[in-house]
Amino acid sequence: MARVKIENLKKYFGNVKALNGIDIEIKDGKFVVLLGPSGCGKTTLLRCISGLEKVTDGKIFFDSVEVTNLSPRNRNVSMVFQSYAVWPHMKVYENIAYPMRIKGYDKDKIKEKVVWAADTLNISELLNRYPAQLSGGQRQRVAVARAIVLEPAVLLMDEPLSNLDALLRVSMRSELKKLQERIGTTTIYVTHDQVEAMTMGDEIAVMHNGVIQQFGTPEDIYHRPANIFVAGFIGSPQMNFLEVEVIRKDNVLFLRNEDLSIKLPKDLAEKIENDDNKKLILGIRPEDIHKEKDKESTEFEAIEGKVYFTERLGSDTIVHLDFKGIRIVSKLPGDVKIKEGENLKMYMDLGKVHLFSTVDGKALI
Amino acid sequence: MIKKVFIVFVSILVIVWFLTPVVLIVLASLTPSEDYYNQNRILPRKLTLDHLYKLFVVLNGWRATLNSLQVAGMAIGLSFLTGLPAGYVLTRYVFPGKNAIRLSILLTRSFPTLIIAVPLIMIYLKLGISDTLFSVALAHTSFILPFVVLITTSILSGISVEYEEAGMIFGLSRFGAFMRITLPLALPGLAASAIFAFIMSWNEVFISSILTFVNRTLPAQILNTAMTSPDYFKFAAGTIMAIPAMTFIFFTRKYLMSMWGISLK
Repeated sequence: MARVKIENLKKYFGNVKALNGIDIEIKDGKFVVLLGPSGCGKTTLLRCISGLEKVTDGKIFFDSVEVTNLSPRNRNVSMVFQSYAVWPHMKVYENIAYPMRIKGYDKDKIKEKVVWAADTLNISELLNRYPAQLSGGQRQRVAVARAIVLEPAVLLMDEPLSNLDALLRVSMRSELKKLQERIGTTTIYVTHDQVEAMTMGDEIAVMHNGVIQQFGTPEDIYHRPANIFVAGFIGSPQMNFLEVEVIRKDNVLFLRNEDLSIKLPKDLAEKIENDDNKKLILGIRPEDIHKEKDKESTEFEAIEGKVYFTERLGSDTIVHLDFKGIRIVSKLPGDVKIKEGENLKMYMDLGKVHLFSTVDGKALI
Repeated sequence: MIKKVFIVFVSILVIVWFLTPVVLIVLASLTPSEDYYNQNRILPRKLTLDHLYKLFVVLNGWRATLNSLQVAGMAIGLSFLTGLPAGYVLTRYVFPGKNAIRLSILLTRSFPTLIIAVPLIMIYLKLGISDTLFSVALAHTSFILPFVVLITTSILSGISVEYEEAGMIFGLSRFGAFMRITLPLALPGLAASAIFAFIMSWNEVFISSILTFVNRTLPAQILNTAMTSPDYFKFAAGTIMAIPAMTFIFFTRKYLMSMWGISLK
């Protein structure tokens, strides 16, 4: 177990800046998810931490020991690969035992540990089989058993669930999370699946263009996105974005564009006091646009438009509203009665509005 | 029904096409000389190992066979010692000029042996290794090596790099991971290409005849002795040449398939 600290890490492949200055500190025993779209650098970061990839610049520490230039085998890390990488020429027992054999453990110790790991992952009856005789899910369990058997300082997982079918993925999600809680190993987990990230991570690092956009708890990431990328990437359906201008009129701030004029609630207004006449981007999540006014909250802005399209998902209904040429997406209860083509008035909850700078996309509130 | 008959017919045709010469050669090599030259006779009255014995023992065929085996062994050793690392680098690393190297490896095969042979003798004379088995092995390596590089490249690229990386994560060095993870996985394919290399060296006659006088390899020896002897000796020579190659292929057919990446699993 170890604390992982990364300072200004850079990794270039030729002219491509895969990692462009990563700073992050992962506390001991935490389950941290690296989340981002394809090509954002999350796997490269994981590989740099493992030592499989040499860094261009920057430092990596496990606790207070610098490991930046150590080879993978001297870092006391272990890894679950996307393809599992369970060695096909060894039986399951050998696969789990091999890391200990390399390190020269004695036979009894190895056996005891293999039995423990196999037990933990419910694969005791598979120890005598070859990987080719296992299903994908079983192979994955073997890969995890092999990764935890040496009690590594840091456990790295590279999209371990992406090759499983949907149902198995959901059950493995909770199982992996519970396993990590039980053994308490600092874990870094790469995924592009936001549901995985939200459900498994103690903390999430959202990455884009080789930079960490935001590092925080799932609640932080969802409710207080640091910038427009995070706001747009997390949440399904995606957050609605509208370009607006800040106008001051009789000492009251309005957000305006050709179609809208929103009077800002006082607490919001205070935060953007000095941004008069600036262009901003207003963001609001689909679930914060309602069909009826919520009684508890008072600050609402009505929008009216034609229902362009509805997606009935059973538990929810996603409504695409054509609001003066802009598509506004809203998430309503599954049993809501709405027909495509009808006119609908909906209410944006102004308490849940996000504002972003048009210059650098950073969140203002 | 008609289709089935047709398939059987074609199969028989193909088998006959390929086996007739082999059978005739082996048969002629076992035919006593009086039967062989008797024009009224197709099949011999009795079979004899006389020609094979004479060629193999009296005409020093066994020494030439040993020479051939040594040359093939050295050539295989040399070409794998250099070709395997080359194949590994071509699969696992990205570097400028990689594709150019891949293509130019093939180019070396486009030089006719004739062109290389004479300069090669000059070089060997200068180095003082002319007329040695090692010099022949070196020459054979020059045409086996490109083949080994290309084949190992294709075999190694069929083995996921993640197996090797897992080895490195769990305590092996890069070399250790190659030796203990990748090599065992590649072994069937590599064995097949080694056999193929063996046959290339075993059958090579031109360079061997030019480069050696005393230490001839089997094909060179046969060219020198049997070809100036009566016909049945020529056939006996053919039999001696063919048997090892055919035996090898018979036992390693399935590996030969894996060499081309058809069944690596």
